[in-house]
Amino acid sequence: MEYLLKPWPWYVSGPLITLIMLLLIYFGKTFGMSTTLRTLCSIGGAGKYSDFFRFDWKAYRWNLIVVLGAIIGGYIAVNFLSDGSAIALNSQTVADLSQLGFVNAGEALLPAEIYAWDNVLTVKGMAILIIAGFLVGFGTRYAGGCTSGHAITGLSNLQWPSLVAVVGFFIGGLIMTHFLLPIIFGQ
Amino acid sequence: MKVIKFFLVGIFFGIVLVKSEAVSWYRIYEMFKFQSFHMYGIIGSAVFLGALFVWLFKVFGVKNIEGNQIYLIPKDSGFIRYIVGGTVFGLGWALAGACPGPLYVLFGTGVISMLIVIAAAVFGTFVYGVLKNKLPH
Repeated sequence: MEYLLKPWPWYVSGPLITLIMLLLIYFGKTFGMSTTLRTLCSIGGAGKYSDFFRFDWKAYRWNLIVVLGAIIGGYIAVNFLSDGSAIALNSQTVADLSQLGFVNAGEALLPAEIYAWDNVLTVKGMAILIIAGFLVGFGTRYAGGCTSGHAITGLSNLQWPSLVAVVGFFIGGLIMTHFLLPIIFGQ
Repeated sequence: MKVIKFFLVGIFFGIVLVKSEAVSWYRIYEMFKFQSFHMYGIIGSAVFLGALFVWLFKVFGVKNIEGNQIYLIPKDSGFIRYIVGGTVFGLGWALAGACPGPLYVLFGTGVISMLIVIAAAVFGTFVYGVLKNKLPH
């Protein structure tokens, strides 16, 4: 039980993610979370604006059930399966973040500097969340998948397009982390 | 059982993502700073084992629950959409500190402001759908 409550090491977590992908494949489906964003568009009536959203979204209801489970899984994990240990970040990471004005790095899953309401409810804070979400939604659909569809499933299937997409993920991520975050948060 | 199995996989997915800390903004930042092996270990081991099992399924002709041979539909060929779309997503991933799966999971952990990011992601997907035929793929 003690091991269950502590953060799980990568060599436990990685294989469990493989297991999730394999279960979905075994159920005749595939592991791809960003597809649910498209399904939500269709349910919301986006088919009126683009034939990209005119598909039988009911065939993808199973994926929304996975999402519902994932939300509840997140709730269970923090409320019943955590001992509150901080994230064991590299001390250099903590130092780099404090330079950007991020305090208490690793004490929660997310930085209050981005997700706490008193920052969210500023023009800058709101813009950060909206732009971040927009880039995630637009980029995943343009690339045809996200971390689950390309990095995990696509690479497991040894697909070139997925490797190119993952290279893209890193180009974008490195630009944001090394050049843009210091501009956005630096003083 | 038809629906419940997806629900249970979802719950398991949510728990694994939280306990692995893969939903943490800090872990994503640390990954892009190359300051920890943690995220590389998670993704690397998941892909290594995934590739091994997908290959074994092919070799042994393993069938899925519906009795069909397991087969992963290949992504369309192309380059621009993958490199450009991937880069756009990467920018958002490193800023939000979360990709689509974790967006939902983090909402479940009680971060209500994540709904703003989810709504913006849905809107981003919508804009892609509208512009799709004008974008290079």
